[in-house]
Amino acid sequence: MDAPTIASEPVELGSKAVGRPGAGHPRTGPSPLMAVPALVFFGVFALLPLGGVVVLSLMRWDGIGDPSWTGFGNWVTTLSDPATYHAIWLSLQVMVVSWLFQTPVSLLLGVLLAGRGRYRAVLGVLYFLPLLLSAAAIAIAFKALLDPNFGMSRAFGVAALSQDWLGDPTLALYVVIFVIGWQFIPFHTLLYQAGVRQIPRQLYEAAEIDGAGRVRQFLSITLPQLRYTIITSSTLMLVGSLTYFDLVFVLTGGGPGDATRFLPLDMYLNGFSNNDMGRASTLAVLLVVAGLALSLGLARLAGFQRGSQLEGA
Amino acid sequence: MTLGKRRVALIAAGFAALLTFTAACGSSGPSGASGSTPSAWALTGGDEQTFRTSFTDAKIDGQFFGNDAYKQKIRSAVGAGQAPTLLFSWGNGGLLRSWVDAGKVMDLTPEVQKDPTLASRYLPSVAQTGVIDGKTYAVPNNGMQPVVLFYNKELFTRIGAQPPKTWDDLMALVPRFNQANIAPFSIGGQSKWPQLMWEEYLVDRIGGPDVFNAIAANKPDAWSDPAVIQANTMIQQLVDAGGFIKGFNSIATDSNADTALLFTGKAAMYLMGSWAFPTIKQADPDFISGDKLGYVTFPTVTGGKGAPDDIVGNPANYWSVSAGASDQQKQAAVDYLRTGVMNDSYVDSLLANGSVPPVNGIEAKLAKTQDPQYLSYVYGLASKAPNFQLSWDQALSPGQADALLNNLDQLFLKEITPQQFSANMNATIGQ
Repeated sequence: MDAPTIASEPVELGSKAVGRPGAGHPRTGPSPLMAVPALVFFGVFALLPLGGVVVLSLMRWDGIGDPSWTGFGNWVTTLSDPATYHAIWLSLQVMVVSWLFQTPVSLLLGVLLAGRGRYRAVLGVLYFLPLLLSAAAIAIAFKALLDPNFGMSRAFGVAALSQDWLGDPTLALYVVIFVIGWQFIPFHTLLYQAGVRQIPRQLYEAAEIDGAGRVRQFLSITLPQLRYTIITSSTLMLVGSLTYFDLVFVLTGGGPGDATRFLPLDMYLNGFSNNDMGRASTLAVLLVVAGLALSLGLARLAGFQRGSQLEGA
Repeated sequence: MTLGKRRVALIAAGFAALLTFTAACGSSGPSGASGSTPSAWALTGGDEQTFRTSFTDAKIDGQFFGNDAYKQKIRSAVGAGQAPTLLFSWGNGGLLRSWVDAGKVMDLTPEVQKDPTLASRYLPSVAQTGVIDGKTYAVPNNGMQPVVLFYNKELFTRIGAQPPKTWDDLMALVPRFNQANIAPFSIGGQSKWPQLMWEEYLVDRIGGPDVFNAIAANKPDAWSDPAVIQANTMIQQLVDAGGFIKGFNSIATDSNADTALLFTGKAAMYLMGSWAFPTIKQADPDFISGDKLGYVTFPTVTGGKGAPDDIVGNPANYWSVSAGASDQQKQAAVDYLRTGVMNDSYVDSLLANGSVPPVNGIEAKLAKTQDPQYLSYVYGLASKAPNFQLSWDQALSPGQADALLNNLDQLFLKEITPQQFSANMNATIGQ
């Protein structure tokens, strides 16, 4: 029963000859100039606006008149306003609870769908449907379903479904997290499905010979082999939860009260409905810093620099 | 190899040039400031058809947006100098005021002096909303939208009650309807702004128009006025008594679920803008033709200072002319405001849609419509009102309006007390 050691057995497929370009032949690789279009694109559409946001965060601008300098005025208001901390706290909750909800579900679904069989293919198509819908459409549909009088409680004739779903400040946040999950689980399922299909069959065959059961195979082969997929999916989930706001914007608009007004939504509302671009920019800078720190932290945690764990396969 | 490298460099430079070129095009492409065809942005739904017909007649390039989308888009467009020739607004406050402050809209006063009918054909209380600091910046373009207390006559007959004349009547009705398993009031709490109508009416009934005037003028501690505290206390009493339908905070107005509660007999009363009438007429024509829909003004409050026939709502929507438009466009737009807007067929078209234009002397026209009773009622209500209070969220600065809706929502949820509400709102003064 030592399946983990199976995983570390190198499966030599001769990829070493293909990789590692150019150590002795500096001219064989593509010229660095090839990167110029991409760099220009990145500069114009990512770095330039980013710099603009930092500058704007030091200005007072209502979006119509002329911007004027306020120094750190916006930062002082933003950082002394309890609403900001409330939004950060909500964002953290959304991030953590979303991850806890989405990861196990999409991992299990992905493993299920990676297997062969016609029923899995049919289920797969059904599971992936939410991927085809726009966030706004999903939000409008759920809004209608969650209506306490004319929503699903009436459609299914079940009175228990007539809850104050979006009106109760505690419940609303979890409803939002559920709907976000409903939208994104298919995507992460797809990642896991692909990840599972990449795992060499030999590993499972060897494990079977060693007498490992399904659960043991899952824990000792599938999970460790999916390590990078888990990291990728988690990065997308965690950093993504800092940016997606469209669904929440349409579904609750931040309400009831400010119960679902998390950071990205707070930024949007401050900028585009309160017309306080300076303050919105401070929040944007906060979001950029948090997002960068998060993805760098996760990359470091994953140890991407340590190379493949599955030598050559 | 060197040749290859040079070629690559050339291609890269080409790409870079192409990119900057397209980027430049992107920002100057959909320009509305030049050319001769005037353009206009308006809202979908409601009076859209009337606008479309009149735009076609006047050769105006019209585009239509949803309410929130419009408010956000127009702001960036005006800020970026890409505004349409005709700007749609809610009158004095919010949007219009910010345009006036930034000098983005044309002062129409000289045009009014040239031919006073441009403004004088409208009901004074409504025309006044287009005037800022004594100058005319906007003229009405559609119907008046006062907030009315709608009720289901059938449900009132069932429990043998009369529509409330005073707040005490209203509170007494609440337990009676609840006992009969009927929700007393329908409200779309999730959309937040329907809750504001309660606040606006109660504050006006208790303290008169001066209370809000002080708030709008950013007087310190204006939100701590006893009338505001009392109004909010009464709102929470109504919530406690079960006045609003269960789960009202999950009901959104976008799907008209709140209106549906009234005409499907689930709720007895419904405080809403006059536009609820055409909505009901469309959804359930029998409800109107069967004379089941009743409407009264908001009840009075004993000892209150406000006039019992003061109303709140939107006096109308308004057109302003962009200051950045070409002279040709400006001229065409002003001509349109004189002859294209509110001409005979325009007024007829609005009336056919169930909205009442704020034009003087249309009583005879009103009598000939499909719903003479209701439309005359709205017309009378608006023309006789001593004060037609523009919705607070339109009258205040956008930042304050946002804070107001949030705090009011928390007040309805009983997360904050009336005193906390006043303190929170006082903190937004001057922002």
